[in-house]
This record gives sequence, structure tokens and C-alpha cells, in this order.
Amino acid sequence: MPSGPNHIVEVKAPIAGIFYRAASPEDPPYIEIGSTVSPKQVLCLLETMKVFTKVRSVVPGKVVEILVQNGETVGKGQTMVLIEHA
Amino acid sequence: MFSKVLIANRGEIAVRVLRAAKELGITTVAVYSDPDRESLSVRLADEAVPLGGAKSADSYLNIPKLIRAARETHADAIHPGYGFLSESTAFSEACAEAGVTFIGPTVENLRLSGNKLDAKQTMRAAGIPIIPGSLDGIGSFFEATRVANEIGYPVILKAAAGGGGRGMRICNDRAALEEEFPIARAEASAAFGDGTMYIEKLITNARHVEVQVLGDGRGGAVHLGERNCSVQRRHQKLIEESPSPGLPPYVRDGLCAAAVQGVRHMRYQNAGTMEFLVDPEGHFYFMEINARIQVEHPVTEMVTGVDLVKEQFKIAAGEPTLAENNTSHVGCAIECRINAEDPESSFLPSPGKIESVLLPGGPGVRIDTHIFAGYEVPIYYDTLLAKLIVHGRDREEAMARLLRCLDEFEVAPIQTTIPLHRRILRDPDFRAGRYYTDFLTRYVAEEEEDE
Repeated sequence: MPSGPNHIVEVKAPIAGIFYRAASPEDPPYIEIGSTVSPKQVLCLLETMKVFTKVRSVVPGKVVEILVQNGETVGKGQTMVLIEHA
Repeated sequence: MFSKVLIANRGEIAVRVLRAAKELGITTVAVYSDPDRESLSVRLADEAVPLGGAKSADSYLNIPKLIRAARETHADAIHPGYGFLSESTAFSEACAEAGVTFIGPTVENLRLSGNKLDAKQTMRAAGIPIIPGSLDGIGSFFEATRVANEIGYPVILKAAAGGGGRGMRICNDRAALEEEFPIARAEASAAFGDGTMYIEKLITNARHVEVQVLGDGRGGAVHLGERNCSVQRRHQKLIEESPSPGLPPYVRDGLCAAAVQGVRHMRYQNAGTMEFLVDPEGHFYFMEINARIQVEHPVTEMVTGVDLVKEQFKIAAGEPTLAENNTSHVGCAIECRINAEDPESSFLPSPGKIESVLLPGGPGVRIDTHIFAGYEVPIYYDTLLAKLIVHGRDREEAMARLLRCLDEFEVAPIQTTIPLHRRILRDPDFRAGRYYTDFLTRYVAEEEEDE
């Protein structure tokens, strides 16, 4: 996988699940397009078999695309977010 | 007795209830979501009604759909199993309005037990010791920090409407509380439709010991002994056994007496469980009452010979249940929960298609499961695949039998908790009965700690 400045990093689902952009409907989304993220920052939640998994960024950068709608089901390995490596 | 029961659940418990009903001569109706079309309960039931939808909220938590299914099939009773709507006052009331018997506690019982905070207050009033913590709901992170500062860290976040570990989080400090509070609340909302949280002080080196009870709803109640459920990960039980090792007889007697006192006090109706924490000095604290049949009920069934699900049917039908606390307990029973989780990778859920299954057997072995070769484990529901329960003349024999069964048990290609159970059954502290609610942390990878 290419890494380093200006590369686009694909954030893939580590597991099949329901994609959520916020901790709860009352909470603000973890990220928006254009958000600056740092390594280990939470990007989204996946709900699989009643368990919530936090998906964290592995790189510093900027969110350029969010490919999944809130509440949508994603498959294992599906790309959910694109981050431009800072 | 009832003539037709609708089973408002899925998975192994739907199969378990269906079997009890059939043995009582009751016609069975299964309900199912879209992903559960091919499930075992659908195959075994006399009739099956599609609910549509996949998510719990659209299927097994959807009261109007379930009531409609009961009406259409002319069921005269509904068994809710555990989880989903099993402790829902709204569902119980909807059943009453539809003229269908809800096989469970009274609405008053459910109001009390369903709110863990009300239950704590009531048990305190009945003279039963409770764990220090908030006696009211915690609405915000700031309120949470106030209570946590008062009782001191580490604290444990719990869902007032909770059960089964969902929405529960241990927080060692303020930072952990800040990160976990909204997630725990979201988990609680998703699992129970109610995000009310409360906080308790974390009791360390504690054993989780619970007492199985049966109440007739008129103030009569009996206990059927206790179970130790201290092998837990994030308050999700993995192994349960009875009798509880390392529990002095006077503590066991005290617990069972307190449990009966508590359920008589609230005129409890149905099978139920009073959960306690027991500290190393033998002090016990009431945690909550589970007003339902529990996942681990077979442990008690194996040592007492009582069919608890049939007793639920009898109580709901107004027939006599056990009247005396004199159930004889024979030998030792241990249950392992086989979950679709990868113990080698932070217990990540492992949904997907099961290509092959090999179930253990032999004397003293019971398996409650809904899986079969070709079964697709959906992503929408919990991870429980099977319960392996063994009975032995004593704990030594039960452990040997359990290990033998775990070595026989194969599920492929999805990941399960079977390899972890094999390791636990070989752990010297487990074998000696020296284990507490933090036991499993020695088998959980370090990186998980920040989750």
C-alpha cells in the first residue's frame, strides 16, 4: 500500500457491520469531509453482532471522501473513507 | 395449559423454548427476520411467520409486528426468550391488550426489574446490601464525573435498561469515562431502546454468583441454588457453573435466603435470577434481578433435573410450580458459551457461513444450539452460537468431560471461543476454583485495554 505525503489512504472495514458516523444519533459525527485527522483518531463505528468496533485512522491527514451512508451495511474489506496522507 | 405459543425470539433460545412447548403438547409458532429465513426454529416450528426486516428494531423488537403475528396465528401465549422484548413492559402490556398471555413476570415486576436503579432501591428497602453508586440516571458526561469523583475510580458504567453486558464499561479515570460514556449509551440505546446510564463502584476480586428463583406471583418463591458466572469478558459471561467453587456454605445459604426474600418482597412471577457480587471476605451485594429465563439456565437444570422453561409455562398458566426450597442438587454442571468471536483478535465478531460443524456427545453432555452446516451467521444479532453444558458426579469429572467435549467440538471456517475455553479449562486457577470476575483479563491481548 502506498504511504507517505499526498497519497490517498483507503480506510477499509476490518469486519462486516453496520456503519455509523457518530457514537449516537445525538452526538456529532466523528469526521466530515475536510476534517483533519491524526493517527489513532476514531473515524467511524461498525456495529457487528451487537458489538461496536471503533475504526481509527492509521495516518495523519485530511478526509477527502466518506463512501458509505450512516446506517448502511458494509462488507469486510470494503473501503469506507479516503484520507489524504498529510 | 396453553394450546399455541408464539416464540418471539431467535437463535438457540427459540429452539430451547420450542422444545419445551412441544413436550408440553403446545403448538409452536416461530417468527423470523429476513436473514433468519432458514433458521432452525423456523424449520422445527409447527408454523412460522415472517416479520420482515433485518435489524432487531425492524423485527424481533417490533411489537406491532409480533402482536399481529400472534393474532393471525391465534396464539394464546407468547414466550419472549431472553434479550429482545423479554423484559419489556410495553410488550407485556401489548400482549395483555391483545388477549395473549405473556410468559414472564407481571408488568409491575418488569417495571421494577427493568429499571436496574429502581430494583437497587427496592432491594435496599428489603434489607439486601447493594453496590455503592448512583441511585438515579446519569444524563451527561459531567454528571457522570461528579458521581465518579464521589465514589472514586475505577467505576463501572451500566445501562439502567441493560443486561448481558451491553452498554457496560469499566472506566479507570476521567478520560476513559469521557470516551466511553457516549459509546456505552449508544450501545444501550441500540440494544434496549433506552440509553439511561448509571454508575457503580467497581468491586475488585469479586465473584459473580447468582441465584435461580421461581416465583408464583402471589408472594410464593423458591430458589434452585446458585451459579458462579465469574468468567466474563466485558461483563459478558463465558463460563457458568454450579455449585459455585470456593463459596463457603454459610455465604451460599445467605445468598439464597436473600434472593428468596427479595423476590417474595416484590411478589415476583416467573423464573428469574438474582445476581450478586461476592467479595473475598464473603460479603455479598445485590446487583440486579434478571426477570427472564437466562442463557445459563441449563446449568441449574443439569444439577436439579428441573426444566425451568416448562416451569415458566406452568406459572404463566396459573398451574402450581415448585413450592419448597428442597430441590436436590446432584453433582456439578459447567457451561461454555461458544460465540462467533475470535479470541485471538480482541474477540472480534466472526459472522459468515458455517461450512462444517462437529458436535461433541456422550454421557452427561447437552448442547443447546441453532447452528448447522450451511448456516449463515448474520451480522445483525448476538454472537452466541451454542451452549455446551456438561454434568459430572463432581467438579473433577465435569471438567474432564468438558475438556474432552471441547477437543471434539469443531466449527469451521468462522472463528469461535472454543480454543479459549480449552485454555481456560487447563488453567490451574480455574481448575482450583480460584477465579474472580477479572479472571479473563489474563487471556485478553494488551492492545484491547484502551478500547
